[in-house]
Amino acid sequence: MKVGVLVFPGSNCDRDALWTAGSLTGNESFPIWHKSADLNGADMVIVPGGFSYGDYLRSGAIAQFSPVMEQVKKFAENGGSVIGICNGFQILTECGLLPGALLQNDTLRFESRWVEIETKTTRTPFTKNLNAGQILKIPIAHNEGRYFIDKDGLDKLLTNNQVVFTYHKNNPNGSIYDIAGICNIDGNVVGMMPHPERACELIVGSADGKAFFMDQ
Amino acid sequence: MEFNVEVVVELKPDILDPQGKTINKAVSQFGFSAVKSVRVGKSIKLKIDADSKEKAIELATELSNKLLANPVMEVFMVRVDE
Repeated sequence: MKVGVLVFPGSNCDRDALWTAGSLTGNESFPIWHKSADLNGADMVIVPGGFSYGDYLRSGAIAQFSPVMEQVKKFAENGGSVIGICNGFQILTECGLLPGALLQNDTLRFESRWVEIETKTTRTPFTKNLNAGQILKIPIAHNEGRYFIDKDGLDKLLTNNQVVFTYHKNNPNGSIYDIAGICNIDGNVVGMMPHPERACELIVGSADGKAFFMDQ
Repeated sequence: MEFNVEVVVELKPDILDPQGKTINKAVSQFGFSAVKSVRVGKSIKLKIDADSKEKAIELATELSNKLLANPVMEVFMVRVDE
């Protein structure tokens, strides 16, 4: 599989994604600069974490206007697999590929630690190797991770099986319904605050994230 | 004509504003017990070339809907300095 990793000014998880979704999991990976008008034949697109455009205005708000995002929208609308991680999740909500928004953590702190998340659906290309109910150990590192959506929106997410991960036991940011990750209606676009690309080798503390990028 | 336009962006009233809550706590500790609530927003100042005040407001509103505010979580007000 060919994995394209977007790179914005201020992205800082792109190298991790290139490695863990690349040769570590048997894929070919390459960076895609934000000004690119082409996804270079990628079968999967990763919108990585970081602080695109310094997180000015709102996290992810400026990045949605990068030329590459037009291509990502088309790719997603045609059923392509897209995952936004952390800042990437914020970008996907800002550009409308995913519903809801990410607000400042209710702790008012940048939360950087290991958390446990529960797999709620295996219907996405990134969770198909997992089991429903499976608990994963994955790190978080964010200041704006409090997922918010209004009541109608939440009802739709639940009815359409769009909640992909919830925090297990401890919610680090006050997100609604303990949400850690969601997908679009079709399931091909996933956004999540925890970083699976940072948990793909036991030497860093967990390899639970490896399944996300395997055997697509 | 150039118009000085201010866009004030705030979280929707029913959304928790942890920053405002923390400031409110400090305000109470300073003895300002009359202050019952604090909410934090941002002010964005624009200089807009337009034929009329109405056009300037229209443009600022369009820009706010597209970029300056996120309608999922925020509301905004547009003001023009005369």
